[in-house]
Amino acid sequence: MKFADFVSEGAIRADLSATDKPSVIRELTAALAAAGAIGADDMEGIVKAIMKREELGSTGIGRGVAVPHTKHPSVDRLVGTVGVSAEGLDFNSLDGEKVQLFFLLISPPDRPGDHLRALENISRQLRDDTFCRFLKQSKTPEDIWQLLAEADNNQFVS
Amino acid sequence: MGHETVTRQVTVRSSNGLHARPADLFARQAGKFESKIVVVKEGVRVDGKSILDVLTLAATQGTLLTLEATGPDAEAALEALARLIEIDLANEEMIDH
Repeated sequence: MKFADFVSEGAIRADLSATDKPSVIRELTAALAAAGAIGADDMEGIVKAIMKREELGSTGIGRGVAVPHTKHPSVDRLVGTVGVSAEGLDFNSLDGEKVQLFFLLISPPDRPGDHLRALENISRQLRDDTFCRFLKQSKTPEDIWQLLAEADNNQFVS
Repeated sequence: MGHETVTRQVTVRSSNGLHARPADLFARQAGKFESKIVVVKEGVRVDGKSILDVLTLAATQGTLLTLEATGPDAEAALEALARLIEIDLANEEMIDH
């Protein structure tokens, strides 16, 4: 699965203002609502569900990356967005490091395979140092979208 | 050096597959052992102690994985990791997110 298959272009944020876990989850979920990828009425429920998932264990998987996510019946296909925090913020990561890169995913309850394939794509690309570094240095949503497109074209990993 | 590699095949049971939470639990469990742990899916080999590596397998329900352990506690590592995948993680209630 490619980034273009699930990332909502209009919801990408290059300059996250949030400084803690609840607010970054809210900021990115609101971005998805503003882009029309999720319903505005569903936003609160989705934020709550994502926070509940974080209580089981942080989705900050290391290398300055987090993949907050949930299943939600209001979406009929996997939707997601990407956010970059220049400063980074404390996300209770597994490695204790601050998180700068966020991939927020919302999937329909009956499509676990799609969720896995999105995680596969994200983690495979993130193993490449160049991709990680460029993403952290992105200044605009256009920069990020371009990088994701290059990753989709296998320009970082073979 | 001097340690043989032991292997074991396991099947992913949970309907959600090895998503973030199980991959985290697996990598943590693997990290408790001194032995080097490799997970193989269809010829692709990854470091079992790295959550990013385990996630790149996209192991869905029914996926056959080969676990390889090399080191002084290889047998115990495989025993624990096989149990984790085939029994503990098969219990959806524990990790269904």
